[in-house]
Amino acid sequence: MFTVRIQSEDFDASAEASALTRGRTDVGAVVTFAGLCRADDAPGGAPLIALTLEHYPGMAEEEITRIVTEARGRWPLSGATVIHRFGRMTPGDNIVLVVTTSAHRGAAFAAAEFLMDWLKTRAPFWKLEEREDAQDWIAAKDSDDDAAGRWS
Amino acid sequence: MKILYFAWVRERIGLESETVEPPATVRTVADLAGWLAARGEGYARAFENPRIVRAALDRRHAKPDSAIDGVNEIAFFPPMTGG
Repeated sequence: MFTVRIQSEDFDASAEASALTRGRTDVGAVVTFAGLCRADDAPGGAPLIALTLEHYPGMAEEEITRIVTEARGRWPLSGATVIHRFGRMTPGDNIVLVVTTSAHRGAAFAAAEFLMDWLKTRAPFWKLEEREDAQDWIAAKDSDDDAAGRWS
Repeated sequence: MKILYFAWVRERIGLESETVEPPATVRTVADLAGWLAARGEGYARAFENPRIVRAALDRRHAKPDSAIDGVNEIAFFPPMTGG
């Protein structure tokens, strides 16, 4: 089972992982990764109040589906669920979920890491940081491009 | 053709989307960005560093030299920061 969802609502990581294994006897490995909004002080000390994630409706779902298809071509996965939220999130809130299942752990771990690396550099989402005195768009990191580049 | 703008590209231009009819000499993503940049101050600011503005043609990532002929929907946006 392969699922991609773009939503503003929260998700339940353990329920999503259970949904990929329930009733199956061929799954030997489940990797669950959740990315959360982190409390993050600016260099001057201003604490993060919230992150607002903007997305490109339609393309976000299509692009993540293409990334999942690419992962399926590289590893023998029995299932994957990717959920990416949009809207305003405060520290501690869930942002993104990747669950991968396979017969063995190597494929499940590698595919989950591949999916996250490519999500960060190809999925059309943008983060607006809200602090007490300012709002700023977060700049893309070269380190994310480097992480994605190692898979090619 | 329909053009969509996201994040700070949208804020600088002041529009989420618009429909435009560029001249026939505008053939690529880079041509279109250059043509848009000449439309006003907000556009000029959005495309002041065209190397960092990304584009998608009909919801697929595109390169500056990608041809826009026959494309219905073009989007311009900053490098992605999801995940």
